[in-house]
Amino acid sequence: MSADPTQVLAFETDCHIFDGCGFPAPGLHSFLFKPLLGDGDSNVYFNKPMLLALIGSVIVVGFFWAAFRKPKVVPGKLQMVAETGYDFIRRGVVYETIGKKEGEKYVPLVVSLFFFIWMMNLWSIVPVAQFPVTSIIAYPAVLAVIVYILWVSLTFKRHGFVGAFKNFTGYDKSLGAVLPLAMTIEFFSNLLVRPFTHAVRLFANMFAGHTLLLLFTIASWYLLNGIGIAYAGVSFIMTLVMTAFELFIQALQAYVFVLLTCTYIQGALAEHH
Amino acid sequence: MSQLLILAAETENPLVPPIPELVIGLIAFVIVFGFLAKKLLPNINKVLDERREAIEGGIEKAEAAQTEAQSVLEQYKAQLAEARHEAARLRQEAQEQGATLIAEMRAEGQRQREEIVAAGHTQIDADRKAASQALRQDVGKLATDLAGKLVGESLEDHARQSRVIDRFLDELEEKAEAAR
Repeated sequence: MSADPTQVLAFETDCHIFDGCGFPAPGLHSFLFKPLLGDGDSNVYFNKPMLLALIGSVIVVGFFWAAFRKPKVVPGKLQMVAETGYDFIRRGVVYETIGKKEGEKYVPLVVSLFFFIWMMNLWSIVPVAQFPVTSIIAYPAVLAVIVYILWVSLTFKRHGFVGAFKNFTGYDKSLGAVLPLAMTIEFFSNLLVRPFTHAVRLFANMFAGHTLLLLFTIASWYLLNGIGIAYAGVSFIMTLVMTAFELFIQALQAYVFVLLTCTYIQGALAEHH
Repeated sequence: MSQLLILAAETENPLVPPIPELVIGLIAFVIVFGFLAKKLLPNINKVLDERREAIEGGIEKAEAAQTEAQSVLEQYKAQLAEARHEAARLRQEAQEQGATLIAEMRAEGQRQREEIVAAGHTQIDADRKAASQALRQDVGKLATDLAGKLVGESLEDHARQSRVIDRFLDELEEKAEAAR
């Protein structure tokens, strides 16, 4: 394997406890990859998360292609599964937040977002890949920016310039003297902080999840020496538990991301009061 | 683990997205969104609508069929009841007609018998009358013939006249002798 330590898997080192070797803790370096192609300094390169992102989108498209290319009124098994997922997002998320009439237009975007993010998250526990693409801030950021542009432009389109400004600032005369303060806070909260939190919420969850998995995996190997074997067992069990937990978090974070997307769109469409 | 690389990593801010990854992320998402929004989701929406229509249509058809079956059943029941009623009425009529017929025939028979009896009586009366008539005519003719004979004899021939008279007398004598 590569001589680059960032590419070395935990069990490929000979570093064990009681060998006078320090614990090779996971850190930010665990999220940096030596480019597969190109040069890391030149900004023209291709690395493992990029490969996973592209393969992931091919998998998502392939799945829905197989399920929905020639859909039947009486569905087969695959179509049934895909329909269940589609229906869950359409009814459970879009119709619930935006409403059936207004929301229908945004169903394709929200469905794509959900399954794309879910797939990117799922890479975390796929053997060999074992890296959640969304733990690189660039991927959640792109999606958050798309959603941000959508809901901001929708607000202007729906309410005009003044209406949109009132919508962003939560303009409400009954607040009286606190109004300027409330408007300032709302303005910052909605226009500046919101896209940031939207992206970081997903990023940080996947980042932390991956770090935890790395920690327990590396520890299981590192502790595998002498009395440490008992601890290694505990650590290994924790790895399994955290993997199951991550499986849940991956779906949950994808769900949270699209739910927030719908809430933002709904806020843009709603009449300000 | 090279300390240098770890140090290098820590100079990278994990919250600053590198441009190439932004581009790839955008491309990857656009691939998914493009296929789903342009082709696959419209496909499935069409089929879901078709399915809903098929189910609703099926329910409507079933309801229509049930309504029709119900109406046909009622129609049959009504027809059956009518037929029964009709049959009962016909039977009743036939009985009544039969009774009238029998009464009529009896009356007719009685009348014919009486007619025949009356006709018989008339015939007998007529025959008797005719017989007495004929008898009376015969007696008259006999008398006339005799008278004629008598007159004719006397006019033609005296001898024959006397013979007739003689014979008549003889006959009378014979009758008288026979009476004696």
